[in-house]
Amino acid sequence: MKQLMRSALFVFTSLIEPLIMATIAFYTAKAGGKPEALFYMAIGAGVMGIWSSTLFGSGGVISWQRWEGTLELLVASPPPLLVIVVPLTIATATIGIYSLSATLLWGWLLFDIPFHLAHPLLFVIALPAGVISMGLLGLLIAATFVLYREANALSNMLEFPIALVTGLLFTTALLPDWTHPIGWVLAPTWAVNAIRESALGGSPGMAIVLCLVLGAAYVVLASWFLRVLEVKAREKATLSLA
Amino acid sequence: MGVIEAHELRRTYRTSTGTFRRKSLDVEAVRGVTFAVESGELFGLLGPNGAGKTTTIKMLITLLIPTSGTARVLGHDVVKDAREVRRRIGYVFGGDRGLYDRLSGLDNLRYFAELYAVPPREMRRRIGELLDLVGLAGRENERVEGYSRGMRQRLHIARGLLHDPPVVFLDEPTIGVDPVGARELRATIAQLVEAGKTVLLTTHYMFEADQLCNRIAVISQGEIVAEGTPADLKANVSEGGVVEIEVFGIDEPAVQRLRAIEGVRSVGVEPREQAQVLVVQTDGRELTHALLVPLDGAQVGRVSVREPTLEDAYVALVRES
Repeated sequence: MKQLMRSALFVFTSLIEPLIMATIAFYTAKAGGKPEALFYMAIGAGVMGIWSSTLFGSGGVISWQRWEGTLELLVASPPPLLVIVVPLTIATATIGIYSLSATLLWGWLLFDIPFHLAHPLLFVIALPAGVISMGLLGLLIAATFVLYREANALSNMLEFPIALVTGLLFTTALLPDWTHPIGWVLAPTWAVNAIRESALGGSPGMAIVLCLVLGAAYVVLASWFLRVLEVKAREKATLSLA
Repeated sequence: MGVIEAHELRRTYRTSTGTFRRKSLDVEAVRGVTFAVESGELFGLLGPNGAGKTTTIKMLITLLIPTSGTARVLGHDVVKDAREVRRRIGYVFGGDRGLYDRLSGLDNLRYFAELYAVPPREMRRRIGELLDLVGLAGRENERVEGYSRGMRQRLHIARGLLHDPPVVFLDEPTIGVDPVGARELRATIAQLVEAGKTVLLTTHYMFEADQLCNRIAVISQGEIVAEGTPADLKANVSEGGVVEIEVFGIDEPAVQRLRAIEGVRSVGVEPREQAQVLVVQTDGRELTHALLVPLDGAQVGRVSVREPTLEDAYVALVRES
């Protein structure tokens, strides 16, 4: 976390991007003539910030370690790689909470969007559940980066398609039916639902549970991936850049 | 039983070229390396760049899986019992990389101490001891990005020793370090052996191996071409002699003619500003005059005859392989 927060690029991305996304969202909602949707969209833009931070951070975490020459040191240390990578990806997702806060504050200051939580207690549960589940999805993505040196190009490609199919930018009801199952297995879908329903009113319980279930599934999958891919990386000699 | 045992270790890298019609090429970096390091020994793996030293060490510290052959550290197989091996070894790579530049030296050490499960109570004392050992006490709160190469290298050594491992692998630890820094690092390495650790050191500096190692294996093109104490290796060439001839503008046919002279073991050409120095290893016969004959036409400078050194033994072994 300390290392990430001293990266000017990472801090800049985490600081500025959510504000840009929030501004676009507010103007889109206003142009659509649905001022009541502003808070709904503000939350989506904020979760989009968490997702960007997770994807950029988790995707980058392995690549950065490889560039710094520390990936080999981590692999050759006694704990399983999963135990080392989980705190790194959760840390990047946690930084994303800033994005949500900044977006809501930006909306309140510039666009007069009232910040009123329908279920404050459930919101306090939904937010960490959503953040952790997205961090664990980041873990699954990071696992592939152990083997593939060029995989960080993938992280740029994943940002907007996943934001679209998970309903961060607009409702998934507008998308073709075949995209829905893709969204169901991705944590941002349930994270944004849990946060929206706890903030705007609704029943976030199921979405919170699904965040946790998906998070657990990602851990199991990532654990298997990391074990298999670490062996492959040692066979293919891709742990270092040399 | 050796603390480190390598038996017929081989490692092949597959590289590919081309975009659409990709051609893959197998490069044999290590070709059947066998050696054993005993407890408390400082064993040197000596060889030129690209000889296979780092690949060998990476197989022993579980970062690369051998293509064939076996290796054990403290009785644990480096492929099957990788985690057991990792708990018991420390390793230090030469060069600038392998540290978190934006963190302080102390934060780097704390992070790796946690990875190696050093108990929190012990961590502070251990880090303090290691900072003293490597001469970084007082500089530990500075960010690593401001460290000199020598300081980084010393921090690497401290990192590798955090969990007090019985076996330490040092891969070219003095590379790129200035002479004073390198001398201090060598003193630190000597202290490790005095503390009872088993050390495997790779280097391409002859004098470093000579000064530090109990035994040396010379590796060239992925194969061990000689093994023994520094004295054993020197003995290989002690019966011979070395003639150094300064010449200006020698060509390859002339060097070939020198190599063909009976009694000449090897001929090396070392550029020195505008001249070249021919380093001719002989079997001990007096060949000075015979060596000057094929140089007819070339401008010859200083000619000297001297006793062979360990470096001559090393150069001869590498050239012969």
